[in-house]
Amino acid sequence: MDVTNENKIPDPFPGTIHQTPGGGILVSKMDQVINWARSNSLWPLVFGTSCCAIEMMSTASAKYDWSRFGFEVARATPRQADVIIIAGTIVNKMAPVLKRLYDQMAEPKYVVAMGACATSGGPFFYNTYSVVKGADHIIPVDVYIAGCPPRPEALIHALITLQEKIKSGMTREQMKMEKPEQSF
Amino acid sequence: MATLESQTIIDALEQQFPGKVVAVDHPYDFLTITIAHGSIKDVVRYLYNEPSFSFRFLTSCCGMHYPDAPQKFAMVYHLHSFTTNFRIRLKAFTNEDPPVFPTLTDIYKGANWMEREAYDFFGFRFTGHPDLRRILNMDSLEGWPLRKEFPLEDPFRKDKDDAMFGR
Repeated sequence: MDVTNENKIPDPFPGTIHQTPGGGILVSKMDQVINWARSNSLWPLVFGTSCCAIEMMSTASAKYDWSRFGFEVARATPRQADVIIIAGTIVNKMAPVLKRLYDQMAEPKYVVAMGACATSGGPFFYNTYSVVKGADHIIPVDVYIAGCPPRPEALIHALITLQEKIKSGMTREQMKMEKPEQSF
Repeated sequence: MATLESQTIIDALEQQFPGKVVAVDHPYDFLTITIAHGSIKDVVRYLYNEPSFSFRFLTSCCGMHYPDAPQKFAMVYHLHSFTTNFRIRLKAFTNEDPPVFPTLTDIYKGANWMEREAYDFFGFRFTGHPDLRRILNMDSLEGWPLRKEFPLEDPFRKDKDDAMFGR
């Protein structure tokens, strides 16, 4: 029997099953398996700078329970974390700390900007002497969430969006290689 | 527990520091005494040491800025006496720029960070402070952000243009 599309497992695992007597052989690409594994065990960094962190804690606890999607193990050290959720306002004094935390995270690493402050400065966009107007001034952001603060469903949606981004298979560097002449 | 009346404190201060009690008020039933600028530390030390008062806790101290008033700058001190369960607010005004006040860190250890905050946001100087530098704002910030003349940013700024971020 050949490997056919009829036997393909659509979701969540990438690959196809080659049926054999007494079982089967799974055929897949190593890159896809790695991406699948990465996307389903994203360990967030414990990082919250204001009220969005309350929503993030709610998302982590029993009612919303983001561990259903693989974000169970929030790490208190950037060395062990895969994704940093910027939950709150970033002020100028915090900016170098955030940069250092991002630099200390091991590749591959992902960033979610949660809420209006992390996206654009939010309510502090005008007339402030201390707030960074969006965390993307400091580190690259993969997924933005609107809201002030966003509901836990919105955070879970953003994290699932991040999973889909990872499963789609290209890192930021690879995307740059694919489109070298893209100009901003 | 000994009870304390506002008038007892006012009388004691006027007797101990004649001419230094500038004004007395009771906004929201909170005894507020304005002290002459040069005597604030002596008054606080007296209120701390006097056994019948024993104001041993500095609840807060912070700076104020009234640009149009004849005395532009002021420090406000909130003191709390645990033995009598009495609270008092002291103010001292000055027109110096930068305003200079004596530090209270040798009376209250907790004054250290609060005075640093007043320095950080208003540019107040505290003579005798062990470590007077910015506490909340970044060190490179120029100016004193809570002074009324501090310029807030230009609302027509261009650096948040989407074209700068590829989106």
